[in-house]
Amino acid sequence: MTTLNSQRLNARSKVPGLAGLLVVLAVAPMLAANDFHYDLMIKICLTAMVAVGLNLLVGYAGQVSLGHAAFYAGGAYASALLTQNYEMAPLPAMLLAGIGVGALAWLVGRPILHLKGHYLSMATLGLGVIAAIVINNEDQITGGPDGLPVAPLSLFGHELSVFGSYDWFGVTVTGTQLWYLLAAGGLFLAVWLALNLIDSPLGRALRALHGSEIAAQVAGVDTAKYKLRVFVISAVYASVAGSLYAHYSGFITPDIASFGHSIELITIVVLGGMASTYGVILGAAILLLIPQLLTGFQELEMVLFGAILMAVMIFMPRGLVPTIARRFQKEAA
Amino acid sequence: MFSEFFQFSFSGITLGAIYALVALGFTLIYNASHVINFAQGEFLMIGGMGTVVLMDAGAPIYLAIPGAIVMAGIAGVLLHKLAIAPAKNADVVTLIIITIGASIFLRGLAQIFWGKDYHALPAFSDTESLSVGGAVLLTQSLWILGIAALLVTALGLFFTRTALGKALLATSMNKDAASMVGIKTGAILTLAFGIAALLGAVAGVIVAPITFTAYDIGIMLGLKGFIAAAIGGLGSSTGAILGGLLLGLAEAYTAGYISSDYKDAVPFVLILVILFFLPNGLLGSRAVERV
Amino acid sequence: MTALLSVNNLSKEFGGVHAVEDLSFEVEKGRIHSIIGPNGAGKTTLFNLITGLYQPSTGTVHLNGRSLAGHKPHELAPLGMCRTFQNLQICMNMSALENVMLGRHRHLGQGTLASLLTLPALRRGDRACRQQCAELMEFVGCGQFLNHHASAMPYGALKRLEIARALASEPDILLLDEPAAGLNRTETDALRDVIRKIADKGITVVLVEHDMKLVMSVSDQVLVLCYGRKLADGTPDQIRANPDVIDAYLGSRKPEEEAIA
Repeated sequence: MTTLNSQRLNARSKVPGLAGLLVVLAVAPMLAANDFHYDLMIKICLTAMVAVGLNLLVGYAGQVSLGHAAFYAGGAYASALLTQNYEMAPLPAMLLAGIGVGALAWLVGRPILHLKGHYLSMATLGLGVIAAIVINNEDQITGGPDGLPVAPLSLFGHELSVFGSYDWFGVTVTGTQLWYLLAAGGLFLAVWLALNLIDSPLGRALRALHGSEIAAQVAGVDTAKYKLRVFVISAVYASVAGSLYAHYSGFITPDIASFGHSIELITIVVLGGMASTYGVILGAAILLLIPQLLTGFQELEMVLFGAILMAVMIFMPRGLVPTIARRFQKEAA
Repeated sequence: MFSEFFQFSFSGITLGAIYALVALGFTLIYNASHVINFAQGEFLMIGGMGTVVLMDAGAPIYLAIPGAIVMAGIAGVLLHKLAIAPAKNADVVTLIIITIGASIFLRGLAQIFWGKDYHALPAFSDTESLSVGGAVLLTQSLWILGIAALLVTALGLFFTRTALGKALLATSMNKDAASMVGIKTGAILTLAFGIAALLGAVAGVIVAPITFTAYDIGIMLGLKGFIAAAIGGLGSSTGAILGGLLLGLAEAYTAGYISSDYKDAVPFVLILVILFFLPNGLLGSRAVERV
Repeated sequence: MTALLSVNNLSKEFGGVHAVEDLSFEVEKGRIHSIIGPNGAGKTTLFNLITGLYQPSTGTVHLNGRSLAGHKPHELAPLGMCRTFQNLQICMNMSALENVMLGRHRHLGQGTLASLLTLPALRRGDRACRQQCAELMEFVGCGQFLNHHASAMPYGALKRLEIARALASEPDILLLDEPAAGLNRTETDALRDVIRKIADKGITVVLVEHDMKLVMSVSDQVLVLCYGRKLADGTPDQIRANPDVIDAYLGSRKPEEEAIA
C-alpha cells in the first residue's frame, strides 16, 4: 500500500496565477502612452470582471446566459439613479445596486433555471432584451435613448474624476490613471474571490452541475438551489462592474443592456476559455483590442472580426487559454 | 371594429408566415446537426439584398430572384462545409459562437459589397393593395402567404416522398445509425444547411417589398425566427410553423391594440410565458434521461 | 431482524409498460443483498424508484422506517443512502480526487461568503477532506490514480471511483448498479473483495448485477426479478436450486428432453 504523501494532496496553489496577474496588471500601464490607452485598459478590466462572474455560471456550472448585459446595465443605472436622484454616496449606492440586482436575479432565476439547454438560453435572452427595451422606453426615469449622466465616483469624500489631476505621494497622476488602479484592483479582487469559490465545496458542487447533475444530486447537492446561487453571484459581479463603469464614463446609454452586449460577453467567455478564469480575462482583452487593431482596415473590420471569431473557435474549440495550456502540457509530458 | 381586427390578423399572419419560414430553416438545421444557427437571418438578407443588387446590375426581376436565392444556398453550403463541419465535436456554446461569427462575417461582406443603404423591392403585383371588408390588405401579403404555403407543402413532400428527404430525416434522428446504413451524413448535413438557406432567402425576397431590405435586417428577423422555433418547440417543424404564426399575430395585435413602443418586446415576453408553462415549447418533446 | 430498507407493493408504469409491478421485499441492516434478473426485468428502474429519480405509480419505499415518498434525489444522501450508476455518472471536468470530494459535500461548509473569502475553517475542512478522500480511493483500489484527472482514467478505475464517491458521503446503505459491468474476471474478483470490505464496515450493500459468479459468492440474500415482478427471494443456495429461477434464466426443458435426460 502506497503511503499517502500529504504534499501531493494539496490543492493547486493560487499564488502563481495571481502573482502573474498582478505582474500583468502592473506592467500594462508602462505600455500606455496616453489617456486613450488607459481608457482601453480600464474598459478591459471592467469587462473582464463581468466575464469572470459569467464564467462561473457558463464555464464552471455549465448554464448559458444570453442576457447578462441586463445585470450590468442594472448596476450601472441603479448606481447612476441612486447617486443622482437620491444623493447617495457612490460606494453604498454600488452596494445597494448589487443587492438589488442580485435580488432581481434571484427572482427571475427561480423559474427559468429549471429550463434545460437551448430553452434556458432563450429565456435568458428574452429577459435581457425585455430589460433593454424597458430601459429604452422608460425615458422619464432612465433618460431613454438619450442616455443618463452619472456623477463621478467619490471615495470617502474625495472625488475621483477622469478630468482631474491628483497629487499622490508627491507624484502627479491623472484621474484616468487612478481609475485604472481602481479597475485593476477590482479585477484582481474579483479573480481572487472567484478562485476561492471554485476550489471550495460550493465550487465543486457548481462544477458538478456541469459534469454530471445526477452525480451532484446523489451526493446531496440541491442542484436547483445551486444553479440559482451561481446565477445570482454572476449577476452581482456584473452589477458591480456596471456601477463602476457608470461612474467612470460619466454617461450611460441603453445599449449597455443590449443583446449585442450580452453576445459580446458570452463570446468573451467562450473565446478565452470556459472554466478558465484567467482565460476570460485574455478573452476580454482580445475582444476589446481587435476592433482597435482593425480600425485601419475600416470597411473590412466587420468581415475580419467575423472571420477571426470563426477561425479561433473552429481551431480552438475549448477557447484560447485551455487549448494553449494543453499544448504546453503535452510538450512537457 | 371588426375590420380593424381583420386587418391586424391579416398582417399578423403575413408576418407570421415569414417568421415560420425562418423558424423552419432553424429547425431543419437544428434537427440535422443540433446547431443553433445564429446566421439564419443573414440568409434572408442575402435573398433580399441579392435581388436588389442583381436588378441594379440590369437583371430582370424573374432572374434576379432565383439568382439571389442561389447565392444564399451557396452561402449555406459554405457555412456548413467551412465553419460547422470542421468544428465537429465542439461544445454547443462554441458552435453558437461560430455561427455568430459567421453572421458577423456575412453582414460585413454585405456591407462592403452592397453598401449600407436601405433598398426597396417592387411589389410582385401591380395593384399594391386591396380593400376587403373595410380593411386594407397588401397584395404582397397574399403572395407571401401563397408562396410560404407552397414551400411548406413542398418541404413536407420532400421529407415524406423522396429518398433524399427521408435520408435527411434519418440523419437528424440518429446520425450514427444513418451513416451505418450507407447514408452520407456529411453531404446530408450540407444539404440541410443549403435548404435552410434557400428557405431563408425566399422569405427575405417575398418580405422585402413590405419591409425594405438592408445589410443588417437579418439580425432581428433571425432572432425572432429563432424565438418562433423555440416557442413551437425546438426540433418540431409543425411547432416552427405554429410558433411563427403565433408570434406574428401576437406582434400585430400588440402593436394594434396595446402600444407600438413595446411591440419589439412581444417575442421575448411570449417565449418566457410559453416556457413557463411548457418548458419544452408548444410541441417539443420531453426526453427521459436514462441512467 | 432489522429491516433497513423496505419496499412495499411498489409499481411503476411507463405508458402501458409495467416496468415494476407490485414489488415487495426487505433489506436487512449490515447484509449484502443482490437483485438479479434477465434484461428488462426492471432492476435499474427499481433502483431509480428507490433513489428518487423516478416517482412510483403506487407503493412505498421506507428507509429506517421513514417513507421516501416525494423525496427529491438530493435529499437521500442526508438520509444515509448513496448509489452508483450503470452508465457511470462521473464528472469528467474534475480531477479524480475532486470527484470523491464531491461525495463529502453534505459534510462540508457550503456558505457563499465563506467560500468566496476562503475562511480558515473552510480551508482546514478542505485539508481533512482531501486526506479522507485519498484514503477512500486507496480503499476501493484506485489509489494509483490519486493525482489523475477523471478524463484520463480507464473505465474500471472510474467504476471504483464512483464507489469511493458514494462511500465519501458516509452512507448507511449503498446501492451499486451493475458495478461489474465491463470488468474482466480479475477486476470482478477485486470488486468482490471491495464489496466485502464495505459490508465489514457495517454498511448495508444492495447490488444489481448480471455476473452470477459475483452475485453467488458475495451475497447474503438474492432477489430475483422477472418482468418487473418478484420471482424469488432467498439465499444464494436457495436461488440456485429454485426451479422458477432456472426456468426464467435458462428456459424450461421440454418433456421429450426430460425423458431422454
